[in-house]
Amino acid sequence: MSTVKTVSDQADPAILGKIKPAPWIDKPLVENKRNFHWVTEKICGIVERKTPVWWWWCFILALCIASFTGMGLVYLVSTGVGVWGNNNPVNWGWAIVNFVFWIGIGHAGTLISAVLCLLKQKWRTSINRASEAMTVFAVLCAGIFPLFHVGRVWFAWWLFPLPNSNAIWPQFRSPLEWDVFAVSTYATVSILFWYMGMIPDLAVIRDRAKETWRKYFYGVLSMGWRNANNHWRNFEMAYLLLAGLSTPLVLSVHTIVSFDFAVANLPGWHTTIFPPYFVAGAIFSGFGMVLTLLLPLRSLFGLHDLITQGHIDNICKITLATGTMVGYAYSMEFFIAWYGANSYESFAFINRAFGNYWWAYWVMVSCNVISPQLFWFKKIRENTPLVWIISIFVNIGMWFERFVIANTTLSRDFLPSSWGYYSPTVVDIFTFAGTFGFFSVLFLLFIRFLPLMPMAEVKMVMPQADPHGSKNH
Amino acid sequence: MNIKYGISATFNSAKGIYDAAGQVRKAGYTNWECYTPMPVHGLDAQMGLGRSKVPCFTLAGGITGFFTGMLIVWYMNAFDYPLIVGGKPYFSPIYPFPVFYELTILFAAFGTLFGMFFLNRLPRHNHPVFEHPNFGRTGDDKFMVVIEVDDPKFDEQETTELLKGLGGKSITVIREPIE
Repeated sequence: MSTVKTVSDQADPAILGKIKPAPWIDKPLVENKRNFHWVTEKICGIVERKTPVWWWWCFILALCIASFTGMGLVYLVSTGVGVWGNNNPVNWGWAIVNFVFWIGIGHAGTLISAVLCLLKQKWRTSINRASEAMTVFAVLCAGIFPLFHVGRVWFAWWLFPLPNSNAIWPQFRSPLEWDVFAVSTYATVSILFWYMGMIPDLAVIRDRAKETWRKYFYGVLSMGWRNANNHWRNFEMAYLLLAGLSTPLVLSVHTIVSFDFAVANLPGWHTTIFPPYFVAGAIFSGFGMVLTLLLPLRSLFGLHDLITQGHIDNICKITLATGTMVGYAYSMEFFIAWYGANSYESFAFINRAFGNYWWAYWVMVSCNVISPQLFWFKKIRENTPLVWIISIFVNIGMWFERFVIANTTLSRDFLPSSWGYYSPTVVDIFTFAGTFGFFSVLFLLFIRFLPLMPMAEVKMVMPQADPHGSKNH
Repeated sequence: MNIKYGISATFNSAKGIYDAAGQVRKAGYTNWECYTPMPVHGLDAQMGLGRSKVPCFTLAGGITGFFTGMLIVWYMNAFDYPLIVGGKPYFSPIYPFPVFYELTILFAAFGTLFGMFFLNRLPRHNHPVFEHPNFGRTGDDKFMVVIEVDDPKFDEQETTELLKGLGGKSITVIREPIE
């Protein structure tokens, strides 16, 4: 004991001896005291055992649904963009709505893999691989819409800074051009991060493989990884750096997506709140999708020891937090529209809530602001089917958010003579519905052939991985 | 024909290999390696390894990306085909900020991945250590130390004794098949 008297000593030193701080109990991230071998068997088993019958049914169904997109696009290319419901003044229609929707879904994957890695959130380990896969596939789905919305898709490569016969280059002051760079970088870096994280796990499957095709397939993909400490040293550093690079990337991607709107001088779009509001919304919708995908996977493969109630609680709480941020952004937009005293701006917002698309606005508010508030209650977070249903509401609500933003503003132009109304055509609906099939096809292939969870990372957060053998690591 | 590559010893726990690695280093070995199912924290220090060099590749990639972005915007919108937009200067480092921001990240990410591959000398699909009959378990739940024949201090008798003394199980001589 030091002889210097502190303030607390003078106040009442006697009581300090009596106070016992409540013991901090870390919930185990892998339940039922499983060992390393169990984790390997569980994850590799999913890839190695015979294809389950449900997988085939889901795969065939997903392929059929994906064909809607294929047919819709073939029809569009052979006929013209007029087969979509886009009109003047609503030139963007569903194309931008679907694009922003899918890109937003992807953001939770990067948040889990990169931001939570930097924040040392150990619970991310069991869900990050599937979420990253979700990111990659969602970005692929997103890319379809702007690509075909350009009309003559065979000229889409003009978006890239490549020399063409017209000797013109892209115009780099356009947010749409920034989008090309943001989204293609995002897709590439997400794939790199996803793949690099998978290398050690692919090597484990390679070393267990009995069939020749497996040895070659996983052998080539795993690049000859050999679990050496020297490999791990560089791998961990590279992983941390990619996490550090992906964090500003994910924030910039949705910021730039929001610039597509915010840089335009249109009431309802031209606001500085858009970047943070879009990023929060993207993470919100992505976590909704993570729940939608992981809860069925958890019960189909019996992953309850790896994706525990604690994991679901955390995802629900992030959904609640981001959903509340989105709700705050909605109300702040209204406040600024009034406070800014710009008559066009206030008209745009009154029109948003009570005008021609009032129903879409209230679907959005009830799904995005009201439904996640249920996650305040532990009883609801522990009711897995209910959590799943709420996650579907989140997905629906976030699609409507983009619909509301894009369409209410465009359909009510500055002059009433140029007002219009947008409704999707059958081609719009089928093309969009098909992307869910396309996404499911890719996701089903992923869970069948690639390691669903990063085994090495899951093992790292187990108490046995601590070289000092302490139990409460 | 076979030539000897090294001697391996297996450990069952992270603590086992952590302690063993420290002892092997103290014994003065230099050409040796630990094989573990996941990164074991503190093992780098035990093996006497410093910080990874991957960040150098990331930085090089990032700088390349930044200047590539600047260069394409300047070349395309100000030099090769000067484009007047809103009466503003042809080039400024501000307006194309998203372009070189994204390219900085893109090139840095490629630098990181390929830097990791380069430093790990991957892809390399054959390696003598794969000849170990139970090598696959190092990706599962076993921890292995391999001391190579090339090590100046290597002596079959002595090295085997050292590894046994450290509690290593199933001491195996790894042989490299040569045609």
